[in-house]
Amino acid sequence: MSAGSLSGLGSVASTQALRERARAIVGRGETMLDGAGFGSQAERALQQAWRDEPGLLGFLKTTDHKRIGRRFVCTAFVFFVAAGILAAVMRMQLAFPDNHIVGPDLYNQLFTMHGTTMMFIFAVPIMQGMAVYLVPLLVGTRNTAFPRMTACAYWLFLFGALSLWTGFALNAGADAGWFAYVPLAGPQYGVGKREDIWNNLINLSEAMGLMVAVDLLTVILKMRAPGMSLRRMPIFVWASLVTSLMIIFAMPSVMLAANLAQFDRTFGTHFFNPAEGGDVLIWQHLFWFFGHPEVYFIFLPGLAFVSSIIPTFARRPMFGHDAVVLSLIATGFLSFGLWVHHMFATNLPEVGKGFFTAMSLTIAIPTAVQIFCWIATLWTGRINLRTPLLFVLGFFFILVLGGLTGIMVGSVPFDLQVHDSYFVVAHLHYVLLGGAVFPLFGAFFYWFPKFTGRMLDEHLGRWQFWLFFVGFNVAFFPMHLLGLAGMPRRIYTYGAETGWGTLNLVATIGAAVIALSVLLFIVNVVHAWFKGPRADDNPWNASSLEWATPSPPPAFNFVALPVVASREPLWTREEDEPTHVSGLSAQTREGLVTTVLDAVPDVRYSYPDPSIWPFIAAITVVVWLFWSNMTETGMFYGLIPPAIAFVAWYWPTRKETVEQLLLERKP
Amino acid sequence: MIGGVHDVQMPGGAQAQAIVGLWHWLLPICVLVFVAVMIALGLALWRAPRASNDTAPDIASLSKREPKVTRVVIVAVAVSTLLLLVLLAVSVMTDRALAQLPLENALHIELTGYQWWWEARYDDPDPSRMFTTANELHVPVGRPVIVTLVGADVIHSFWVPSLAGKKDLIPGRDTTVSFRADRAGVYRGQCAEFCGYQHAKMALFVIADAPDDYARWADRQRAPAAEPSSDEARRGRDLFLARSCAMCHAINGTSAQARHAPDLTHVASRMTLGAGALENTSSNREAWILDPQQFKPGTNMPPQNIAPQDLAALSAYLASLQ
Repeated sequence: MSAGSLSGLGSVASTQALRERARAIVGRGETMLDGAGFGSQAERALQQAWRDEPGLLGFLKTTDHKRIGRRFVCTAFVFFVAAGILAAVMRMQLAFPDNHIVGPDLYNQLFTMHGTTMMFIFAVPIMQGMAVYLVPLLVGTRNTAFPRMTACAYWLFLFGALSLWTGFALNAGADAGWFAYVPLAGPQYGVGKREDIWNNLINLSEAMGLMVAVDLLTVILKMRAPGMSLRRMPIFVWASLVTSLMIIFAMPSVMLAANLAQFDRTFGTHFFNPAEGGDVLIWQHLFWFFGHPEVYFIFLPGLAFVSSIIPTFARRPMFGHDAVVLSLIATGFLSFGLWVHHMFATNLPEVGKGFFTAMSLTIAIPTAVQIFCWIATLWTGRINLRTPLLFVLGFFFILVLGGLTGIMVGSVPFDLQVHDSYFVVAHLHYVLLGGAVFPLFGAFFYWFPKFTGRMLDEHLGRWQFWLFFVGFNVAFFPMHLLGLAGMPRRIYTYGAETGWGTLNLVATIGAAVIALSVLLFIVNVVHAWFKGPRADDNPWNASSLEWATPSPPPAFNFVALPVVASREPLWTREEDEPTHVSGLSAQTREGLVTTVLDAVPDVRYSYPDPSIWPFIAAITVVVWLFWSNMTETGMFYGLIPPAIAFVAWYWPTRKETVEQLLLERKP
Repeated sequence: MIGGVHDVQMPGGAQAQAIVGLWHWLLPICVLVFVAVMIALGLALWRAPRASNDTAPDIASLSKREPKVTRVVIVAVAVSTLLLLVLLAVSVMTDRALAQLPLENALHIELTGYQWWWEARYDDPDPSRMFTTANELHVPVGRPVIVTLVGADVIHSFWVPSLAGKKDLIPGRDTTVSFRADRAGVYRGQCAEFCGYQHAKMALFVIADAPDDYARWADRQRAPAAEPSSDEARRGRDLFLARSCAMCHAINGTSAQARHAPDLTHVASRMTLGAGALENTSSNREAWILDPQQFKPGTNMPPQNIAPQDLAALSAYLASLQ
């Protein structure tokens, strides 16, 4: 089927002859257009065009956003469980005073690995992974905008995560906290390779985050189904848009910080060395300028899961859709004005701190708006109380409590007491587990049928929910009291005379219950994967476009790209309105670019074919980073392989050139 | 006894008291909001009719407004905003109260954080009246204290919950914290910024004494170490000066003047060893000298290979350093 020789191509004068020649090489007859229904010839052509090679090579080359999104979610979940096991070990160590299960060295690695994994390897990637899977379906297109970049982002993330954990297995686990404050993580006090590996992870995971953010941003702004104007865009897509923009502004900050720190470590620069005019607080500013928005780009997708689940199970459109969208946008902006509340105990000017208190309280308002809108939706709806909604209700309890303790710690004087104490440990777990993990489990139950074509078991789901909910509160509520009783964070042991023993034991029991609940979820998923009842296209009878295609969706998502005429497209089908686009090539990977505001069809777009180069490029980048940790020269010589890989990545193939010619586009 | 009060809700001084005042605003308002939201959610669930997957969606809201619900939501948001403003005001007032602690006649202490212990230098306009101690502050009740915080190696944080909020000790940037103890007692504090291996065992005790008791304690601290009275203690002193002890520790009145470890001039008068790791008794001191790593793994003090009779002599000398 593929090309003989293209040697004559350059000398053929007439375009018509050129096209004839190209057609002869590709061996196709008439150009097949999409737009027909399932079972048609066009569907077979689409299947052929969007097919991945079988076997390992196909696995490594794929650019299918659904496969990559699923990988993101599965990988991140594996690391969630791994980091949870570390937490369980920490809870066992702290269950009794003067306990000797782990020593200080291991304990410091445990909490650093737990925090780093949960924030960089679980929370951000799983949220981005869900978006990579869902956003193209929700906006009604065939793939992400830059599919090879999506693939490369996954590989960078995977290798970064594996290298951090390999380091941990070899007793080189990072041990300066997930925030890696200098000078503790600097060359003088952070000896060995532990912090080098941590800095590499930051580079890799943030590169992943930025690549996915750029990708999603482009899909959302330029590839929405015709008719899906900004005001008709689903709330989850809005949240992805806001999150992606936040990532683009926040993540460079921490990458810069990690690289300055790595320069200090590798080349002996003095960015953070006060003895040579450096400043240790600059690290904290750069880190938290990223670190605080990061909380919100974990939390906003969580809110968006809630905004997707509630209307479906209240059987009505979201109350106050516009207010919720504006709240998401406001949260995105405000989240950049909070970072100093992590630094209240430093010697920054008091008046400046007052501003950050005001901002920390202000950000509660958009969240309050959303909470009231959700309650109003439930109030005026008819409720179908299934597991996804159950997790959302648990989210209400936990997030509201965590949000209120957030208001408390936003106040400078009160924060000075509870900062870096177990009160903050309680607060952050209430916000992050309540705000992100509860909605995430709800989202798993909600979209699992779409992901796999199978239904999760409701009965097990309810058990899991109640165990999680009760275990969570038993584990984390006592930590508020421990913080008020003066227990600092990140201590591997405490004396009996402190009186912290009882509450710590209670917390450990709660942690065991959480572990049981996560185990139930895994059982449920494995069981459903093989034996669960089949799901139809739209098992919950929901309104958004991902439910308009089979479960699981085919590689090309939609046989005919949908056209949208309302905010709830599947609930408001009108007879006389166009339902789908037709006229795109079904034999090549083609999609539609629409305008930013009103999603009016603009131009046709050719997706690149699967390629092995994103995978190879990711490997070369990882090799470069580790090489540069070992020798200074590695920093320069190590750049050669990535340069080759990226050139090869963009090198046009003959098949692509010919296809472009067939579609009357210049290569 | 190595305990001490360390509870945000049990203030022993003006600063902690002011923050408890703030807490008494924060807690009820937040509880009120939490209960109100939960009741609203509960009512919503209770009153809404039940549905199934097949229930047809109610899409009326796409075409017509819901003014009644909108009004309720707007009122709820307005009330939330108002409550936040109240909390902001109370927070700012508390901040002012903290900043306005009267500082006349304040006691000045320079506290330096090391991995993993505290060195305290009591300042005085007359240099001969300055003195240095470790891991334990004595302060007079009712008199304000200004502590200059110096980070010697990595970032540490000063936190004595019953007396004052935190302040970090940042290398290259000296900070200050001021507080006043209003009730006599022992207040326990602990490093609150993760500072490495033994962050867990970096306690700091603040002992608030009646002014006269404090004056007596300070006078004793200013005095050099007493000349040992027994032969064994004298032999212990000679051992201290001859062995590696004097390479890190200082004992005023002797030739030991190193500043890499806690000043031992009056070590026997302190409550704990190793910044709260052990109660300061004679037998614990001996066990600590033999193998400090057993009690505080990672501490910079190495184990000592020392004959039992030498250890006894050293211990007798240290016991005399009251």
